[in-house]
Amino acid sequence: MLRAFMIFNICGFMLLGIIFHPRHSYAQDGLIADMSDHLIAITTGFTGANVLLFGAVDEDSSIVVTIRGPEQNILVRRKSRVAGLWINDKEIAFSRVPSFYALATTAPLENLVPDSLRERHQLGLDKLGIFPENEISPEVPIFREALVHLQQQRGRYPTASAQITFLGNRLFRVNLHFSANLPTGQYLIEVFQIKDGEVKNAQTTPLIVSQVGTSAEIQRFAYRHSALYGLIAVAMAVIAGVLGALIFRKV
Amino acid sequence: MYMYLPIAEMSVNIWLILGLGVAVGLLSGMFGVGGGFLLTPLLMLFGVPPAVAVSTGTSQIIAASMSGVMAHWRRGNVDVKMALFLLAGGLGGSWFGVWLFSFLRSIGQIDLIIALTYVIFLGTLGSLMLMESIRTIARERRVKGSSRTRLHQHNWLHGLPLKTRFRRSKLYISALLPISIGMVVGVLTAIMGIGGGFIMVPAMIYLLGMPTSLVVGTSLLQIAFVTANVTFLQAYTSQTVDIVLGIILIVGGVVGAQFGSRVGAMLQGAQLRGLLAALVLIVGSKLAFDLVIQPSELFSLVIMGRP
Repeated sequence: MLRAFMIFNICGFMLLGIIFHPRHSYAQDGLIADMSDHLIAITTGFTGANVLLFGAVDEDSSIVVTIRGPEQNILVRRKSRVAGLWINDKEIAFSRVPSFYALATTAPLENLVPDSLRERHQLGLDKLGIFPENEISPEVPIFREALVHLQQQRGRYPTASAQITFLGNRLFRVNLHFSANLPTGQYLIEVFQIKDGEVKNAQTTPLIVSQVGTSAEIQRFAYRHSALYGLIAVAMAVIAGVLGALIFRKV
Repeated sequence: MYMYLPIAEMSVNIWLILGLGVAVGLLSGMFGVGGGFLLTPLLMLFGVPPAVAVSTGTSQIIAASMSGVMAHWRRGNVDVKMALFLLAGGLGGSWFGVWLFSFLRSIGQIDLIIALTYVIFLGTLGSLMLMESIRTIARERRVKGSSRTRLHQHNWLHGLPLKTRFRRSKLYISALLPISIGMVVGVLTAIMGIGGGFIMVPAMIYLLGMPTSLVVGTSLLQIAFVTANVTFLQAYTSQTVDIVLGIILIVGGVVGAQFGSRVGAMLQGAQLRGLLAALVLIVGSKLAFDLVIQPSELFSLVIMGRP
């Protein structure tokens, strides 16, 4: 009974998705997917968010979901020993690197998709298209590996992929967790339907991560009225200092 | 309790940042140093982007040093005239420092220069101060009660022209001295992103021969002005001042500075200098260590912005 209700509910959500997101619901017949939210609102008290991704397939198959954050240009530097000191001596600039990359799968990726396909759809961190701007050096792979490793340390490329579960053989769902230090911007969620090591259908959905409320207003003010913002910052600090001294004199 | 920082674009534990503010404020009230040389690296350690850490750190130093200035002012421990001369040099120096900074960055080795400057200055100052304060404490122990010695040594520095009287400090020295100290500190402030108190305090004690009791309040007054200038410029030109982070740090810093100036007043000059020397040496050797020992992570990332 409960299960039937949930399925009904999910179908209802999907219908809503179709009605309200016509641009992104171009899924071919076999696959349909949507999310509980298309906006992650970062408020002053933001500590992370959970978004439910759900969908249905027309036949027994596997699902792979990739989540990519907005792209950034990233400089990777390496220290070497020069005259006894460890200093930065080589750097490689990588362009258009996803600021966030996470996976959700029904089973380990390697078991679902052959290498060639992972290459084509950039499935998995090792297949992610991270290339230097204009650098032909035998050391590029080492620097690329370091970039991925450091991004993992910062929590930007979660190491464990989320587990997608099936309800029956047709409906699937996964809870996508986003931690507190999430880069803002437009994310792209890609859902792949995999059958016998081939992509049968794919669908993309955007996810917006944006500051809202007080914190968004502070940021906007800082950029639009920089001089005034600077004066306020200084005045506030001076007043706080003077107030502190006055209050503590009485104690 | 967590809070999201609008400019740093990350969420932080309020109590952790508050505690950091108190700790840095305590040092600033005790020693007359802004505490930037500790605050900025610690903020970066918590994951705050370096640019935001440097700029917001200066806003906390304004508040802590203002609070410290007020506390020292009431005890009559501020030489305003001296502070003005230092400030004149400081403004000129920081202008030159900003130029030097961009020049060094264009060569590509600004990180190394910053680390080396820290190591050289912290190492030299720390050792000199430590030796001096140990000698003083030892001498005071030997000749109890008769600690009346000469205020300062006379050397070639006192032969410079433009002699000016600083009544509060009981000094009659060349105006060029405080101006050039301010200037050197101003240059270093721009390069190292700090208030510069830990360099100015020893310079005022040993080069100017100012009484230790006056040095702290006077250097704090100069630091307050220089950091106010830097905070405004950073907010205006690079939008890297995070007001929310600043407020949390300031609240902690103001409280810390008040207790710090009390603790400082209880300690004797030589003890105070010895403690500051130990602190400076610890930070200096940590930095030297990092330069010489193989780091656990050879690679680092610099986010260049959106394509």
